[in-house]
Amino acid sequence: MAYPADYRYTKEHEWIKLDGNIGTVGITDYAQNSLGDIVFVDLPKVGDTVEASKSFGSVESVKAVSDLFAPVTGKVTAINEELKDAPEKINTDANTTWLLKVELADAKQVDGLLSAADYEKFTSEETGH
Amino acid sequence: MSELQIPLRKTALNAVHRAAKSKMVDFGGWDMPVDCCGLIAEHMAVRTAVGVFDVSHMGDIQLRGPGSLAAVQQLCMNDASKLAVGQAHYSAMLYPNGTFVDDVIVHKLSDNDYLIVINAGTREKDVEWVRKTIGHMPGVHVNDFSDYYTQLAIQGPRAAETLQKLTSTDLSTIKNYWFTWGQVCGLHNVMIARTGYTGEDGFEIYIPSDEPTSARVWGEVLAAGAEFGILACGLGARNTLRLEAGMALYGHEISDTINVLEAGLGRYAKLDKPEFVGREALLKVQAEGGPGRKLVGLEMTERGIGRDGYTVFSVEGKRLGEITSGSPSPFLKKNIAMAYVPVDYAVIDTEVAVEIRGQMVKAKFVPLPFYKRAKKSA
Repeated sequence: MAYPADYRYTKEHEWIKLDGNIGTVGITDYAQNSLGDIVFVDLPKVGDTVEASKSFGSVESVKAVSDLFAPVTGKVTAINEELKDAPEKINTDANTTWLLKVELADAKQVDGLLSAADYEKFTSEETGH
Repeated sequence: MSELQIPLRKTALNAVHRAAKSKMVDFGGWDMPVDCCGLIAEHMAVRTAVGVFDVSHMGDIQLRGPGSLAAVQQLCMNDASKLAVGQAHYSAMLYPNGTFVDDVIVHKLSDNDYLIVINAGTREKDVEWVRKTIGHMPGVHVNDFSDYYTQLAIQGPRAAETLQKLTSTDLSTIKNYWFTWGQVCGLHNVMIARTGYTGEDGFEIYIPSDEPTSARVWGEVLAAGAEFGILACGLGARNTLRLEAGMALYGHEISDTINVLEAGLGRYAKLDKPEFVGREALLKVQAEGGPGRKLVGLEMTERGIGRDGYTVFSVEGKRLGEITSGSPSPFLKKNIAMAYVPVDYAVIDTEVAVEIRGQMVKAKFVPLPFYKRAKKSA
């Protein structure tokens, strides 16, 4: 599985890519693979505030529903409207299929998140492989 | 860690599933594939072509001897005296209060020999129940055959064509819910049953449970179905397929707290049989005007998926009951569920609401099953 080196990761399997003070958020390849066929994504609205480590929505596969957790605190500036009708895009390419963009109050927040190497280590321990 | 861990049970195909990188889960103490190559693709393969499932975790109890019919009759609610040799039927073992020990398929192997196929998760409990209930009866031996067979389910509209390549038995001579013995993949005396749990035409074959034989036959089935686009399927697709077909699953639609009449399976309970465990309780329910709640089909009419355990409300906000199974339907492309609700409310097209993570999401009652395959003419 591929984890881009310039992204940061959470233990709840979200990624964030920072561009200035705008963070683009998605779920990891590991997450989409564990979930299986994704059929529904429930996202907040533009203008809503998300809070680090708190649930901001959910993603459902045929089998299960999982909460989505915000990697950072900030205001939602965009959501990926495409996912309403094509949530399965996340299965095809989790690394480029973003869920939402967040304006960070403080860009330093991402410093506390996992690096790609740390995340890969974390997931390999979780699966016991 | 010092905690003692019970290792998961494995079917003879475990190494094959792992090598194929199927997603494995703990299913009732068994290490089973839930998803082999994508649940939706697997589901659609079974609806439109063919798929193969490893269902070796299921249990098989044989009742043998001159008293075997009497034993089956006492143990199971359907009327096994109506079965011909080579015929099978859906039935259930009940507790005296009319609730389910398990639902089963009874096969009549010969006049003195019945095979009862039981669920994996209830296996120990079932075997114990059988021994306790009929073990004292004269002329019957109870044998637990569960570990001796690898059981494969080949399901879908191209299932017959697929399996026909591997056997000299003319499969067109086997009617639905009948079985025979034949040569499959060079193995002698393989039981070939035209049964399944997907709503499609299909076969279940019983082969010896040694690993090389199981792996070889699994591979040959996949090769035989390759031209039709066969897929290896996991328990995830098995669940969505049976849900579309409105089939009950133990621990969901049926359990030791739900009786046969509530579950809508009364037609399989032959109350005119003089005796079977649970009969008195069902007669009493009937005499008292029938069950108070009923299993219904539910279709979400707003965005949202009703899952197992979610609560169903009337439009006035009255709590009606709970969803027993709920999922997106890959074939119908709707979000469907089954739920128990008071009989007074169980009217087709009634609008209701399902509470999904704190939100009321609209749904309506629809007829069961959600999906029924078109019967071939002759």
